[in-house]
Formats: sequence, structure tokens, C-alpha cells
Amino acid sequence: MEEGFFAAFLVVIAFACLIIAGKTYDQVMAFHTAIGSLAAAAGAFIIFRNYFEDRVPAPQEIGGKPNYNLGPIKFGAWAAVFWGVAGFTVGLIIALQLAYPVLNFDLPWTSFGRLRPLHTSAVIFAFGGNVLIATSFYVVQRTSRARMPGSIAPWFVILGYNLFIVIAGTGYLLGATQSKEYAEPEWYADLWLTIVWVAYLLVFLGTLWKRKEPHIYVANWFYLAFIITIAMLHIINNLTVPVSVFGTKSYILWAGVQDAMVQWWYGHNAVGFFLTAGFLAIMYYFVPKRAERPVYSYRLSIVHFWALIFLYIWAGPHHLHYTALPQWASTLGATFSIILWMPSWGGMINGLMTLSGAWDKLRTDPVLRMMVVSIAFYGMSTFEGPLMSLRSVNSLSHYTDWTIGHVHSGALGWVGYISFGALYCLIPWLWNKKEVYSLKLVNWHFWISTIGIVLYICAMWVSGIMQGLMWRAYDAMGFLEYSFIETVEAMHPFYVIRALGGALFVAGSLIMAYNLWMTVRHGEAEEAEALPAGAMAPAE
Amino acid sequence: MADGYKKEVDHISGVETTGHEWDGLKELNNPLPKWWLYIFYATIVWAIGYWVVYPSWPLVSSYTAGVLGDSQRANALAAFEAGMAERAQIGETLVNASLEEIESTQSLLEFAMANGRAAFGDNCAACHGTGALGATGYPNLQDDNWIWGGSLEEIHQTLQYGIRSGHDEARFGEMPSFGADGMLDKEQIIQVANFVGSRAGIEPEAGIDLAAGEQVYAENCAACHGDDLKGMKEVGAPDLTANSYLYGKSIDAIRAQVTNARNGVMPAWAPRLDPATVKSLAVYVHALGGGE
Repeated sequence: MEEGFFAAFLVVIAFACLIIAGKTYDQVMAFHTAIGSLAAAAGAFIIFRNYFEDRVPAPQEIGGKPNYNLGPIKFGAWAAVFWGVAGFTVGLIIALQLAYPVLNFDLPWTSFGRLRPLHTSAVIFAFGGNVLIATSFYVVQRTSRARMPGSIAPWFVILGYNLFIVIAGTGYLLGATQSKEYAEPEWYADLWLTIVWVAYLLVFLGTLWKRKEPHIYVANWFYLAFIITIAMLHIINNLTVPVSVFGTKSYILWAGVQDAMVQWWYGHNAVGFFLTAGFLAIMYYFVPKRAERPVYSYRLSIVHFWALIFLYIWAGPHHLHYTALPQWASTLGATFSIILWMPSWGGMINGLMTLSGAWDKLRTDPVLRMMVVSIAFYGMSTFEGPLMSLRSVNSLSHYTDWTIGHVHSGALGWVGYISFGALYCLIPWLWNKKEVYSLKLVNWHFWISTIGIVLYICAMWVSGIMQGLMWRAYDAMGFLEYSFIETVEAMHPFYVIRALGGALFVAGSLIMAYNLWMTVRHGEAEEAEALPAGAMAPAE
Repeated sequence: MADGYKKEVDHISGVETTGHEWDGLKELNNPLPKWWLYIFYATIVWAIGYWVVYPSWPLVSSYTAGVLGDSQRANALAAFEAGMAERAQIGETLVNASLEEIESTQSLLEFAMANGRAAFGDNCAACHGTGALGATGYPNLQDDNWIWGGSLEEIHQTLQYGIRSGHDEARFGEMPSFGADGMLDKEQIIQVANFVGSRAGIEPEAGIDLAAGEQVYAENCAACHGDDLKGMKEVGAPDLTANSYLYGKSIDAIRAQVTNARNGVMPAWAPRLDPATVKSLAVYVHALGGGE
């Protein structure tokens, strides 16, 4: 049944792509439909082969224990490592381009305008997205004590999602973009992602439906909120009309300030539900697991969860202060951002206080330290965010590097570190290893990256605030004190420091990739099936 | 909640768990931190206060205006108008004043220099450089080599209407492409380039008939650039004996210009900037050091 449905669907996609590839006048479309056709044909072929070889589906349980489906998780974890290193490297390249514009090489494919969305999409959607899908598949199965439903669907989700990333990334390099920040992929890539995302939702819900536990664990609430809200945001912000089904170009349904508002409703909640809710879910599983301590407060997790998802959705207009957006909308965005402060910090408190009774582990366990520092960065950027959403602060910070610094304290510190922590836990678990290959290398990764982050965000704070102050400086006669180019020249040293910070972060991620690779190849094997955590905790 | 679950007391914190367990994970039944809750309430109270004071909630066809009657748009327009009014008076005096009057009246000169410096950075520096030293194709404004004249009035005229800008009043003059349009052959161009170079202080190439070059110059170039090579400001023909050349001072650069003449464009600023700012730019550029 499931096999038949997917096989038919993939055959249809393969033929549709083939027809478009044959008739299109657009080289990018021809390239993308060729990839789509090959990928769909390969998928259909594998399903047919499995069918004709009479492969039996994996059992739901073995010896009374759930037989978790780990294959797609293993793929997702390594895809995350790969895209992470690639995305951080592209970030380093564009940081160097800002400091030394000659590095654009005067080629369209390597210009800042094309590499910048490649960087943001690679780190947010490729790295972050694969971490989220991989960990959510792992966490929802373990905390539901049930195997994910379907034999094809989980693979379809993880492979289909990575196909979307390939289409999106190559599209940027070749110049196919709908020019909406963080939503650059064109209409056909958006449609494909919608299909993949619905399959993701169904697999996730199906696992919850099959669960053997009476309650749904808090991490799964956050994952579910992330999956549902991202689906809604993605669809509404990408309502475009293609010029032709045979071409990449499309036009958005919204116009003017409404388009801007929809865009930042999407953009801000991509931060809220992708980079916050999703990664809080990771925190709620991996931090208590690694610390071997209970979650600090069940009540706090409920209150801050509902407050967070109710409030985040209102905060988008703070991206559009002092624009054509009406003042009332801008006020609402700012006030809801302020109210959001404590609900955001609820996650930080629950994460940090879970460590009570286990603080000594920070000395000896660099993986746990990485996750705790990530929570600290989360707390810092969710305090800075509401502050920057106030009109008076925003009039200084907006359009400056301060915003870039703010985003990166959240992205490198919070999202990066919680993901690294999760990968350092997950990969040994998936390959039945006792521990990562080398905790010493984790320690090196931690310190090199931390120095990198500090250099990055301090450089951007100084440069951003300086830039904002220079823009608004008037002389005694009421004329602008500085020309635009003088403000750009003044930022040069900070751009160099930022690139240095980025280089350290990339170096750290390479150490991680090596360490994880060696874990799979040479790590010490776990002796027996993991006992429940309570039984594993040594007596104090 | 969930009676019947196995609630236990965490032996480290002494707090009871909720009795739930997932994959070995438990939850403590701690209350909400008081400080957290009170700050949460405080932000809500603050937000309500903000909504009362400022425009905030949408209604059917309008919005709640707030008791302060604050309007961002009105504030911005008022600030803009106040700034413009402050400048209007002195600006008007500036537009009507002669160079002598501006240079002898300190308040006018200070205003013009401040306005000119600010406007130069954002409008002129992109081509002429932040230091106004120019680049190949963009004249140096610091030296005394003026293609269209370096008096205040001439600079003002150039600024207002531009050069080959398409404006009706624009300065216009065009050097022909002697090579590309077949008026001179390659040999003649080499000769004339070496002749011009030799008069401008460049060592001519060996074995060139400079007398022939002079002949070519007299027949083709002198009408605009003058018998003495000193140029003619009325048609924008540069002084060929000057220290700097617009398109580069070398035999090769001269050959290139004679073969395929470049006739660069400067935009007209009168349609883009207010009269006081254009006049201020003229004063500023004139004062850079090279003004005549």
C-alpha cells in the first residue's frame, strides 16, 4: 500500500520532470528538472527492487523492545555535519568578501549576492533542518517507545528534504531566486518542500499516535509546534504565481507593504519556530539525558511552551519599524516582543536548572558544557532581541551590523552549540558506541569555537553601534557628519576580526567532523543494549 | 495531575517528580520561579500601558490612536520641515550671493563648506574620490587643470547641468574617434600621439617622425586643442600640456583616446539637489585648492 503509493507518486514526478526538462526554455529549470527526474526514478527503482526481491518489512518490535528505525536518522546526522561544514565555510567566504571585495572574483556565481543566501539557507535549513529532522525522529521514537510508521515515508522525508536543499542551493548559484529573505527558493522547490513537509508531519504524528507512553514528552510538543507552524509560514509566504510551468520565474501574490509584512511574519517566525522551538525540543531531550537529571519544572515547561508559541507569532512587525508599515502594527510587534522575553527565558531556566545537582559535570564533560553554553547564548540573544525590537533602540540598530551580531550570537552560540552537543550524543548512540572518539577533541572544538563566537559578536556589536552612530551624526550646521563610504571604511577592521572569528568556528566544525567520523570508525562499542537512564546513573 | 503514577522524590533536590517517565527522562514538580512570573506579569502590564499611550490595535477601518496622539509620520514630517526651515534662510542668501560675498561672510562660508562637504561625500565621491583626487576618466578636482573652467561660476554651471548629461543646458563637446571612424590611419595616430606626448613631457618612441605628427595635429586637433596645445575650455578640449590627462598620460593612452575617443558623462545636479546645496558644492569644490 505505502510502497505502491510512493512508487506511483515518484513515477509521476519522474515523468513530469522529464517533460518539463524537454520543453523548458530555461537552463536552470532544465537542470533542476533533470535532477528531479533522476532522483524520483532512482527512488521508484529502489521501491520496485525491494518489492520484487520480496524484502520483508522490518518488525515493529524485537524481543518485546521497540525496533527503532535508525537509518534515516543516521543519514540526517551526517547530512547535518556535511551541510554544517559547507554552510559555515560559505559564511567565512562572504565575511572575507565584505572585508576584501576582490574575493567576489567578478563572477556571477561567486558574487556576494548569490553566496549570501547560499550561506543562510545552508546553515539554517540544511544544517539546522537536518539536525531537527534527525533528532526529532530519534526523540519521538524513544520517548514514544514506538517505531516510526512506514518503511518508505521516513526515508522519503530525509532524502526529499536534502533534495530540496540541493535544488535550492544550486538555484541560488545559478541565479534562480524569488528574492525573499530566507525564502529564496522558487515556486517548484517550494512545492516540493511542501510535499516533503506534509510527509514529515504525518510520520511524526503517526509515531505519536503509536506511542506506548501515556503522555507526550515536552520535546515532542516543541517539535510538533515547529513542524506545523513552519508548514503554515512556508505556504503563506510562498504563494506565488509562476510565469510558466516551464520556467523558474514566479511572482508573489502579495504586494507592497502587505508583502513586506507577510515576509517578516514568516521571517521572524522562522526564527521563532525553526531556530527556537525546534532547538528547544533538542534541549529538552539531550540536556537532561546527558546530565542524567530530571527536567527542572514540568509546570514551567507547559507555561512557557504555550506562552512562547502564542506570543512569537505577533512579533514580526518589529522588523519593519520606521517603514511604510503602519505605526500601530509596529507598536504591536514591539510590545509582543517584550512580553516574549520571559516565555523565551522559561526555556533557559528549565535547561540550566536541570543541571542543578550535576554542575560538576561541566568540568569533565565538554559535550554537556557545550550545551549549557548554548543555553546561555540563548538567554542572551532572547534578551537582546526584545531590546532591539523597541523603536528607539531599533532606530539605532536597524540596518547595521548589530543585527548581524545579534543573529550570530543566537545562530553560532545557541543553534550551533545545541546542535553540536546533540550530534556528539546522537552519533555514538546511533552506532552503539560508548562515547565520542575523543572528548579532548570536543574540548578543543569548544574552546576554538567559543573564541571565534566572541570575536564575531563583539566585532559586530562595536561595528554595528559605530555604524548606527555614524549614520545619525550631524555637524553643528545640521549636515551629516559622515558620508556613507566613510562609515564603510570605518567598519573594515571589524570585518577582518569577524572573518577571523568565522574561521575559528569553521576550524571547530572540522574538528567535530573528524571526531564524529572516528567515533563511527573506531569508537569503543557499547557492550549491551542501553539500560534505562535511572539504572545507569551511578550511586552518588 | 495524573494520580496513579509513581511519583518519587528526587534524592538530590528533594523535589517530587510528576511520576511520568520517557526513555529514562523524568520531570520535577517545581513551581514557576517567582521572579520569572512577576517579570512576565510586569511586561504584560507595561505592554498594556504602551497600547493605551501609542497607536496599537487595529479596528475595522482605523486603529486605536493612543492617548498621546503620537504619529510617527507627523513627527518625521515636522522634523524634516523644521530642519529645512532652519536652513532655508541662510540657503537663500547663499544662492543669491557672489563668490566674493560668500568668501567674505563667515557664516555663509561655514554653511556652504559644511553643506558642500556632506553633499560631496554622498554624491560626488563615488567618481571623484573621497579626497576629490579623481581617477582615470574622472577629473582631479584638487589641481588647477580645469577642462570646463575652474572659476566658481564655471564650476557652478558644470555642477548644475552636467557634462554630456542630456540636460538642455549641459556642457557639450565631443572628441571624434579618429581611428575607429577612419579619419586617421594607424601610422598617423602613432605619429600624432608621439608628437602630443613629446610636447607634454613624455619621451617619444624611437624612430617616429615627429614633424609628420605635428602636421597631423595641425590639420586635425588644433581646431579644438589649439596651436599651442593649451586646449579650449569653451568646448571642453583639455590642455594637452598639463601634468595630468583625463584618460591617462602615456603614448599608449593617447593613442587609445585618438583611436576610440571616450566622452565621459557627468550628471546634472540641479534636478536632483536643492539650489543651495548645488551652490555649496561649487564653493566647496572651488575651495579644494585648485579653484581659479
